[in-house]
Amino acid sequence: MDTSLQDPKQKILRALEDQDTNITFDDPLEHDMVLNMGPQHPATHGVLRLLVRLDGETIVSAVPDLGYLHRGYEKIAENCSFHEFIPHTDRLDYLSPLANNVAYTLAVEKLAGLEAPVRAQYIRVICAELARLAGHLVWIGTQAMDVGAVTVLLWGFREREKIQDIWDLLTGVRFTTSFTRIGGLAQDMSAEVSAAIKKFLDQFPESLDECEKLLIKNRIFIDRCEGVGYISKERAINIGLTGPALRACGVEHDLRKDEPYLVYQNIDFDIPTYTDGDTLARFYVRMEEMRQSVKILLQALGKIPQGPINASEPKRVLPQKERTYGKMEELIHDFMIVNFGINPPIGEVYHAIEGSKGELGFYIVSHGEGHPWRLKIRSPSFVNLQVLPVMLKGGMISDLVAIIGSIDPVMGEADK
Amino acid sequence: MKEIILEKLNVQFSTAIESVNEYRGELTIIVKKPKIRDICFLLRDDPQLQFDSLRDVCGADYYRHDDRFEVIYNLYSIPNKFRLRLKVRMSESDIHVDSVVPVWSTADWEERETYDMFGIIFDGHPDMRRIYMPEEFEYYPLRKDFPLMGIPGSLPLPRK
Repeated sequence: MDTSLQDPKQKILRALEDQDTNITFDDPLEHDMVLNMGPQHPATHGVLRLLVRLDGETIVSAVPDLGYLHRGYEKIAENCSFHEFIPHTDRLDYLSPLANNVAYTLAVEKLAGLEAPVRAQYIRVICAELARLAGHLVWIGTQAMDVGAVTVLLWGFREREKIQDIWDLLTGVRFTTSFTRIGGLAQDMSAEVSAAIKKFLDQFPESLDECEKLLIKNRIFIDRCEGVGYISKERAINIGLTGPALRACGVEHDLRKDEPYLVYQNIDFDIPTYTDGDTLARFYVRMEEMRQSVKILLQALGKIPQGPINASEPKRVLPQKERTYGKMEELIHDFMIVNFGINPPIGEVYHAIEGSKGELGFYIVSHGEGHPWRLKIRSPSFVNLQVLPVMLKGGMISDLVAIIGSIDPVMGEADK
Repeated sequence: MKEIILEKLNVQFSTAIESVNEYRGELTIIVKKPKIRDICFLLRDDPQLQFDSLRDVCGADYYRHDDRFEVIYNLYSIPNKFRLRLKVRMSESDIHVDSVVPVWSTADWEERETYDMFGIIFDGHPDMRRIYMPEEFEYYPLRKDFPLMGIPGSLPLPRK
């Protein structure tokens, strides 16, 4: 019999290492312990699984294991038309579905050479910023709860609920919005919606300050975040971090400024940047980002012009549904677009937006057919999660949850 | 920026560039497979180019006889705010390419994903395992000859 099996420590170790994974650790020391965390664990924000090797309470190494929510969206995209894929984008970053709709539609429009009218672009900016707020409000709650403060979670969700009520008015649903259309939007934004957004924005900064006061005056929160999960600027760039996590390392990079899309160049806002590169810096960056989003929303609501919301391209933009019942032309176009697709020219494009987690991009290859030949989703959560082993190494086991929270992964997006 | 990139590449790698193409304002350069890592080092380290971050690596299956697979690298230069796409092509019989993990550590998971989905093997990768699918899965799901509904019995189910 194998001698290693007789050793009780080896036996326990073997039992802990799941037989379904062949993750190997270099140099197993005698007193190390392997801890399996997830995929069902409240602090891993979904179905992230981590295998952590511990020396006492110190993390020696960590191996993330992904794929528990892999649904094969890239394969599905190759088999459905460009319009049919829009509802699937809701399920990527399910905390801010509107931003995914916008990102995908912009990529298809770039491929097809379409441009949505100015009013639609302003509404898309409003959508993207509301989605950012909604995403960050979940983050603030879960991050605080991971380090032991429960109140902020409830307060964050209270505010998020108001945003979802606005989505309900704007898109007709609260969660899986599927609001954008290629070349425009599903429906116009009514005056009632802008009034609701204004009403929300009037009270939101105050609520945000309340949430922030609960945390930044809290000794426990500061102690558990300050200096935890540090990453240097060079390392962060090399490992491909984007979004708030990168800006917390002192890199002033935001696609809304660096590669302006939609109408962001008409809007005045700042990119909050901190240089500490730790969990607390990432906290401050996101808090400041929410305040900038409020600023953007107020400007967009003030500047939004009247006009059409769909591009005047009847052969490639879906007509309004009511018109297809009475007009022959519209009926034909609707039939052709739904059944055969919009057939963009042969070519390939990549378009990315600054989502709430980082750079959310779609790379699409078209062969001139109604469906994409290849569609790659560049999801920020997937790439950002790579940084976990680097940040965790040498840290304490209790900091693990704080660090995962500060990266803010959404597994729907990381696993695609 | 486009001229500088092409000039620098032409000086050192004039024979390695297969084609240059611009579509919707995006620059794509197809390069020869053996030179990919050297070209990436040049693009990253040149003081004028500074492609300091790799945003994405992905594969594509064109389902044709020659050069069936492509690996696409999406590079971004934060100082220059410029995006560049590099591509290498390979046939099914020689499905190996040098890993770019030594250049950008982002490539680690991205290349694992490409391997998982297309079976493209990255030489010199520190940890060439599947990332989404279980390790004992035998197929490559994003290849065009893999059916959308999957292959019955290919995924191991829990024992009763």
